[in-house]
Amino acid sequence: MTVRVQQQDFDVGAELAGLRGANPRIGAIASFVGLARDLNEGRDVLGLTLEHYPGMTERALGEIVEQARRRWDLIDCLIVHRVGHIAPLEQIVLVAVASMHRHDAFDACRFLIDYLKTDAPFWKKESTRDGSHWVEARASDDQARAAWHGAGPRK
Amino acid sequence: MKLCVLYFARLRDLIGRSAEELEIPADVATVGQLRAWLTQRGAPWSSAFEQVRSVRAAVDQAMATDATALRDGAEVAFFPPVTGG
Repeated sequence: MTVRVQQQDFDVGAELAGLRGANPRIGAIASFVGLARDLNEGRDVLGLTLEHYPGMTERALGEIVEQARRRWDLIDCLIVHRVGHIAPLEQIVLVAVASMHRHDAFDACRFLIDYLKTDAPFWKKESTRDGSHWVEARASDDQARAAWHGAGPRK
Repeated sequence: MKLCVLYFARLRDLIGRSAEELEIPADVATVGQLRAWLTQRGAPWSSAFEQVRSVRAAVDQAMATDATALRDGAEVAFFPPVTGG
């Protein structure tokens, strides 16, 4: 289980190959890549600055991974989240899950990004032609997290 | 009781500092009471806590509620709802 917070971009192919390693038990890997849009709520976005709470971020992500492991049969997980300046169309976050079978990998991957969105201490500031502003949290992200309460399958 | 209080993102911008060491009175025992005590200090804390909707808190790097108890030497953080991913 690996959680990384870093400024530099990541190579999805290399990250997935690293997650897979030479483990013959892995039958499925599901991954999610979050990208910086060049348009948000009708405004042209010139770039993003991502801030986080060092220390708490790693703890929060580790706790989210532990929750996923209690729910599904997972062999390994990887979360890479960038901070600092991110240009439009660049990658922001990678979540990847390895398991024996696809359903565990798909469901756990979605669970991890849904929980990351509401529980991990990252904040985005958007630069537009009119200046920069902090991005507001979305109610739909809270709803996506809440939908997991009582949702199966569990181990 | 001594606390290290941290502010992040828009709350930090409005308060104008990212951290402060505080000596708080004995009757401030929970996160909710600390928030009220900071607010009654006046600007910039009062206006910052008013302008940022649904300020969240963490104690010793774990998410907290208004009822979470404080301890001497704790690290308490206040921040807006998170927007990563």
